[in-house]
Amino acid sequence: MKIDTSITLDANAPSGPIDQKWDKYRSQGKLVNPANKRKYTIIVVGTGLAGGAAAASLAELGYNVLSFCIQDTPRRAHSVAAQGGINAAKNYQNDGDSVWRLFVDTVKGGDFRSREANVYRLSQLSVNIIDQCVSQGVPFAREYGGTLSNRSFGGAQVSRTFYARGQTGQQLLLGCYSALMRQTGAGRVKIFPRREMLDVVVVDGKARGITCRNLVTGEVESYAGDAVVLATGGYSTVFFLSTNAVNSNATAVWRCYKKGALFANPCFTQIHPTCVPLQGETQSKLTLMSESLRNDGRVWVPKEKGDKRPAHQIPEGERDYFLERMYPAFGNLVPRDIASRASKRMCDSGHGVGPTGYAVYLDFADAVKRLGKDVVRDRYGNLFQMYHEIMADDPYERPMQIYPAPHYTMGGLWVDYGLQSTIPGLHVLGEANFSDHGSNRLGASALMQGLADGYFVIPYAIGNYLATSEVLKTKVTTDHPAFKESVASVAAGTKKLLSIKGKKTVRDFHWRLGRVMWDDVGMSRSQDSLTRAIEQIRALRAEFWEDVNVVGGGDFNKELEFAGRVADYLELGELLATDALTRNESCGGHFREEYQYPDGEAMRDDDNFAHVAAWKFNGDGQEPSLVREPLVFEHVKPTKRSYK
Amino acid sequence: MRFKLKIWRQSGPNVSGGFKEYEVDGVIPEMSFLEMLDHLNEQLVKRNEEPVAFDSDCREGICGTCGLVINGMAHGSRHECTTCELRMRQYRDGATITVEPWRARAFPIIKDLVVDRSAFDRIIQKGGFISTNAGSAPDANAILISKDVQEEAMDAAACIGCGACVAACPNASASLFVSAKIAHLGLLPQGQPERDSRALGMIQQMDAEGFGNCSNHGECEAVCPKGISILNITRMRRDYMGAARRVNPRKSGE
Repeated sequence: MKIDTSITLDANAPSGPIDQKWDKYRSQGKLVNPANKRKYTIIVVGTGLAGGAAAASLAELGYNVLSFCIQDTPRRAHSVAAQGGINAAKNYQNDGDSVWRLFVDTVKGGDFRSREANVYRLSQLSVNIIDQCVSQGVPFAREYGGTLSNRSFGGAQVSRTFYARGQTGQQLLLGCYSALMRQTGAGRVKIFPRREMLDVVVVDGKARGITCRNLVTGEVESYAGDAVVLATGGYSTVFFLSTNAVNSNATAVWRCYKKGALFANPCFTQIHPTCVPLQGETQSKLTLMSESLRNDGRVWVPKEKGDKRPAHQIPEGERDYFLERMYPAFGNLVPRDIASRASKRMCDSGHGVGPTGYAVYLDFADAVKRLGKDVVRDRYGNLFQMYHEIMADDPYERPMQIYPAPHYTMGGLWVDYGLQSTIPGLHVLGEANFSDHGSNRLGASALMQGLADGYFVIPYAIGNYLATSEVLKTKVTTDHPAFKESVASVAAGTKKLLSIKGKKTVRDFHWRLGRVMWDDVGMSRSQDSLTRAIEQIRALRAEFWEDVNVVGGGDFNKELEFAGRVADYLELGELLATDALTRNESCGGHFREEYQYPDGEAMRDDDNFAHVAAWKFNGDGQEPSLVREPLVFEHVKPTKRSYK
Repeated sequence: MRFKLKIWRQSGPNVSGGFKEYEVDGVIPEMSFLEMLDHLNEQLVKRNEEPVAFDSDCREGICGTCGLVINGMAHGSRHECTTCELRMRQYRDGATITVEPWRARAFPIIKDLVVDRSAFDRIIQKGGFISTNAGSAPDANAILISKDVQEEAMDAAACIGCGACVAACPNASASLFVSAKIAHLGLLPQGQPERDSRALGMIQQMDAEGFGNCSNHGECEAVCPKGISILNITRMRRDYMGAARRVNPRKSGE
């Protein structure tokens, strides 16, 4: 592994006290005057909470915005599937919450691997997000008196999570989407649905456009602008089975990495504890059951190994409520990484339930007894219905069976305080960047980060970039040779995939990659498993380029879309494993078997690994090199993370 | 399990299509309907045949991407269930299943089972929003909203925009979709200032896109995977009548 010390990663956060940094950034950043804003074109890729909010907000300011998504309409981006809620330090419950406490919880929840300045800003902006969403008509849950209601989420001892039944992501996204449609109707945004970004175009060192494939006609199109905003989500589908949508992918991010954007902390992946267990090899995805269920549900397994009795025949005294036993202070509401690993440990040691033995119970019997069926239905009705459809079983009567599944990726493209990647003009928002969640994201914080980035950070950051760079003086069009080159290379890539005509399907490769990633780079990793994984991924990649069969032509062809994504995952998977192999410690979602305390808790190494590991692409077939950004904790002293 | 499938195949927008029959076996009862189609497609690819094109994304019933007419019913016959949530255990082993795309003039077919629903975006552009710029909002608790009103607004806001209502309607009307948005925003205090222009703008656009009118068949409500009530159409009509009577409605969105 090469360490590159020639590059210095500077977060560019303003100096001064942490609670004044954002104000300072806003008041000292350069501005673009209103009349000049319409001279600029901003390309926004992705229409989830981060991308949708960014596109709408930039248009509200007067910029021309081109908005791209792979879905048939911006309203379907996978933010739509977030269930439980969104955090905000409103302290409406008078229970001791504050911006400071949300900041501390998030830094600790991230196991001291995030950047303090970013997290503090996120906590500050959380309160504005709720105001903004309510003014858009987001129907958050309310009390009888008409005020907003809150629920608790993992990793916090206050109630700060706002929610709209079990469809919070959907309602927030529809808020964004309505703002985006308003701007589209007004002519300030042009939307380009069913487009897949396949390259970023860099001219004189600055991101000036994108090349994408029109998924209907198959045409390779390119678009020029003055800045590019990337909000294309995470890479959990590298595991094949995950809670993400089947079209979620890392291609846009990966192509930017290959154009010079550094990729930070790829091994920080989150395995969500409460998902419907795997049922067979033909399954296409795993379904999440919101973390909010742990508010009222109790997690248990039989005390006796291999106890095959149905749940209701196991008496209270023979049940092990293991989260309550191991973590009395937080109980069932421990953070996701802790809960997932505890469930895995119980199943690995033979206490698992269900047909495969890889599931634990999430039991609502006590909640139904305490609150009544109607209150439980009011809180979780749609989730229970979803579970019922999948498992043909009634959670009001019998406990749910759940097991962890890949859900969210904390790693992503490296960005500075202004959300700019190492390619000037390429800004990265939401799950696609790496900055706010460290090595573990707390529940209800993804929606918060996506919207903070989109509504409130990027409008200032873009203005500052445009006013200080000279992009207006050097307007480029798609006639520039860099665009022609980009189009030619994307077209050649497509042609290559179609020409292999091997014997194995795209899905077959994705499925096999997913098995390697889950078994050897999943919830726990070791030097042996990671070394093995890297070898297997390389072999699989070689096999892919010789033996994949992409049927159909270059026009509307979903097989071709997936083939390109899987090809990228066969590279990203290796980087993920390499990063995990390099990080000789356990922290948050990254658990190395060699580095644990006797009780099985993660053993962090702050002396050697309190840094962001950002990877630089050095060409196909070349080893990437590692660039480190040291993390300094001035406000929250790193301690052993304890939820006991 | 084993099934005989009659699937609509159409290679592009401006060509005629037709049903093609396929046999699929090795289906397990836990499979979702779309996983069954994935399974068929894997078999087709292995035979070097072009797979059946269909849209899907979240596969948990919330994104609204999927939508097939199964045995003549939008999203199949299961109540309040999207196509992706359907499980094969609901079908008899050996059964013949017919699979078609949404059919409506305003939803042209792109390929096989994939249709173009961009008309919905254009309707929303004509007023399906509250005009509030980022940064301008008052404190979230400044305006109180009763729990009942919020619940009713939420019921309407649950629409996933899949278009099953249009596919099921004999008139291919988009009234349930449009009314759900008009009701969601019209019930809330924040939605009042633009209530008139919203109703007028969205309904005019619905007509312009070639959707039919509502004549109270109720098929939309019957197939809606999110249980959106037809009562919303009553609300929409009331808003439209009121708005049309008032003079000089302001141009929407400005």
